[in-house]
Amino acid sequence: MIVEIGHYALVLACALALVQAVAPIWGATRGDSALMAVARPLALTQFLFVAIAYAALTHAHLVSDFSVANVVENSHSAKPLIYKISGVWGNHEGSMLLWVLILSMCGAAVAALAARMPRDLYANALGVQGMIGAAFYLFILATSNPFARLANPPMEGADLNPILQDPGLAIHPPLLYLGYVGFSISFSFAAAALISGRIDANWARIVRPWTLAAWIFLTLGIAMGSYWAYYTLGWGGFWFWDPVENASLMPWLAGTALIHCASVMEKRDALKIWTIFLSILAFSLSLLGTFLVRSGVLTSVHAFASDPTRGVFILGILALAIGSALALFAWRASSLQGGGIFAPISREGALVLNNLLLTAACATVLVGTLYPLALEALTGEKISVGAPFFNLMMAPIAIPLFIAIPFGQQLAWKRGDLLAAAQRLLVAAIAALVAALIFFALHGGPAVPVALSALAIFVVVGAFADVAHRIAPRGFSSPNKWARAKGLPLSAWGTAIAHAGFGVSLLGIAATGWGVEKITTVKMGDVVTLGPYVVLVQDFSARNGPNYNETFARMQVRSAGAPVAEIEPSKRFYPARRMPRTEAGIATLGLGQVYVSLGEQGKDGGLDARFYWKPLVTLIWIGALIMAFGGLASVADRRLRIGVARRARNAPQGVPAE
Amino acid sequence: MKRSLASALLLLALAAPAHAVQPDEILPDPVLEARARHLSEQLRCMVCQNQSIDDSDAALAKDLRVLVRERLKAGDSDAQVKDYLVARYGDFILLKPPFKTETLALWLAPLAALVLGAAAVLSRRRRPEPVAPLTAEEKATLESLTRES
Repeated sequence: MIVEIGHYALVLACALALVQAVAPIWGATRGDSALMAVARPLALTQFLFVAIAYAALTHAHLVSDFSVANVVENSHSAKPLIYKISGVWGNHEGSMLLWVLILSMCGAAVAALAARMPRDLYANALGVQGMIGAAFYLFILATSNPFARLANPPMEGADLNPILQDPGLAIHPPLLYLGYVGFSISFSFAAAALISGRIDANWARIVRPWTLAAWIFLTLGIAMGSYWAYYTLGWGGFWFWDPVENASLMPWLAGTALIHCASVMEKRDALKIWTIFLSILAFSLSLLGTFLVRSGVLTSVHAFASDPTRGVFILGILALAIGSALALFAWRASSLQGGGIFAPISREGALVLNNLLLTAACATVLVGTLYPLALEALTGEKISVGAPFFNLMMAPIAIPLFIAIPFGQQLAWKRGDLLAAAQRLLVAAIAALVAALIFFALHGGPAVPVALSALAIFVVVGAFADVAHRIAPRGFSSPNKWARAKGLPLSAWGTAIAHAGFGVSLLGIAATGWGVEKITTVKMGDVVTLGPYVVLVQDFSARNGPNYNETFARMQVRSAGAPVAEIEPSKRFYPARRMPRTEAGIATLGLGQVYVSLGEQGKDGGLDARFYWKPLVTLIWIGALIMAFGGLASVADRRLRIGVARRARNAPQGVPAE
Repeated sequence: MKRSLASALLLLALAAPAHAVQPDEILPDPVLEARARHLSEQLRCMVCQNQSIDDSDAALAKDLRVLVRERLKAGDSDAQVKDYLVARYGDFILLKPPFKTETLALWLAPLAALVLGAAAVLSRRRRPEPVAPLTAEEKATLESLTRES
């Protein structure tokens, strides 16, 4: 019964979305405030119904209701509780339900904060949200119903794919979806601005926190996915240029360009059309990612993408959404008034360069991902585009970007002074040089990691040069530096922190060049030397987990004769799906990691194993956390909170909910 | 999009549970082995999704790793090894596609994006900002304001 309630709630949400797609926009064009006002309750109740649907499916998974096909295919009564919860989105149907849950949550959040916005803007934006929602509800109901029952329920489920039985699955997809779907808000507002033909700095101020929030989640989601792959795949790579990864990187690149471009629009009223275009692009690429992964065009072996009707349906949504958004853009963009002018050497100029490089990077990833598909469809010729291609093409785009970041931060709005900027970066340049010498002394060559780490230090130190200058300008004695530091807008700190995080990640990536790898067969009592550490293989053993059994090795990591960590790399076997899974043994020592992953056991009792020492590797993901924290500081900036305060002041006067 | 790496992970699970580069494959000569690893990173495991033979667990990847090492031991240059494999398996085996007519658009796309973007920026810059002339109504308002003061 609960399952049917969930199904019915989803149908109701779909019906509400259809009304929401039509009524508010119609109201906005006719100036009918009653019609516009329905957007808010519609969005809020829609969220309620989707939440009911989602809760119903979660309940079915929790109680292992094997009369529901989705539970049978993806769950098992012995599965640990956390994977019963996360297993809801560990499959196609459930993940699409999570997608619309987050979409309706975004719509409800816009509706809840609607009092801050011009009425026609939010009516149009919620109307567009309604269209996106309706399309995806129909998609789920028509092709991917998670509530389908089985006539003859089995006694036991097929279990979740062992690879997905991991805390990574619990965190990674929700973060990623919050990022992807979060960009739907800037998309909807961009479409709303095009419909009304009006866009100004206020628009940018309204949309900016949403875009930043989506960007923060996407950054964290990608980093989490990268770390998950790192510890699961067993050879310690962190980025593979896999098409599915690229699908998440493209919206991130476009979104990064968007938050920078929107800041120009907010401060200087310039780059309006470009901001609108990037808003459309970021969400379009999120939809493209959905299509690429869900349709099965990327790979025939992808587990949840076998049904071609789903691919065709999503392609339809994709074509309709992107096509109509771009058509609207082409038709109405010229009606948007351009704003302030600026010299090439200025903050605006630097941000234009940022946008140019980021969109070129995005185009490279897009073409590289789709080219093999297009070429095969057109000529039948099969080619591969993989890591060596992307590394080669992205380096000449990424390196100028890294060099330009600290310079851009020093330049003033309208007209900047490059020489003065360079002078302020002297400290950063010296720090980079010193770091290069230290790293060279520690590790010797090769030249590439040394040069990249110097660049990383330049970005990290240079990120704070602007803040330092504003706290203690050269030539002025400033007695109360602390008060000045506190007085700086949070967005200035946010910029510095996020850019520094970008540099920190680069340092982690550069340091992979100093890693040590040993692939060898070990026996009990063997000792493997690994850079500054020694790994002692103590013994091999076996044990049973809740829904798997595993063989594992006990190893001790020693430094200068003293034990510093214990690790237990293992190989698991999941009987329900008859699938193996490797669990790497990882010891985090300082910022680096000792990483051991097991292979096959030979007849003589020796065990194949891969041993790694990866110095500074955790910085790759710590950098992403710092970036997200910088984004958070920017969202908390006073100028974005001011509207909230005004709303609170107005509230007691009984402003009707519109 | 579901999980950014799910496909690679799933393939790994489907493939034979052998490991990427195994100890018995490693060549005694470290220089030759380093070349073999470098080559392996550029060759696709053709039954996998976008994995190099260096990363892959599949049986085919192991065969190819051994084949690469045999060719190197026989004295082939890196280019000769690649040519040998392309002759058998086609361009599909190269993770970095060759530069030729069919891949021209692929290789030039980043440059084209940069050039087009820069051209768009420059063309917008040269155009002076048009200032809309005052409407008759606005003129009248302005005149009335200036007369008052």
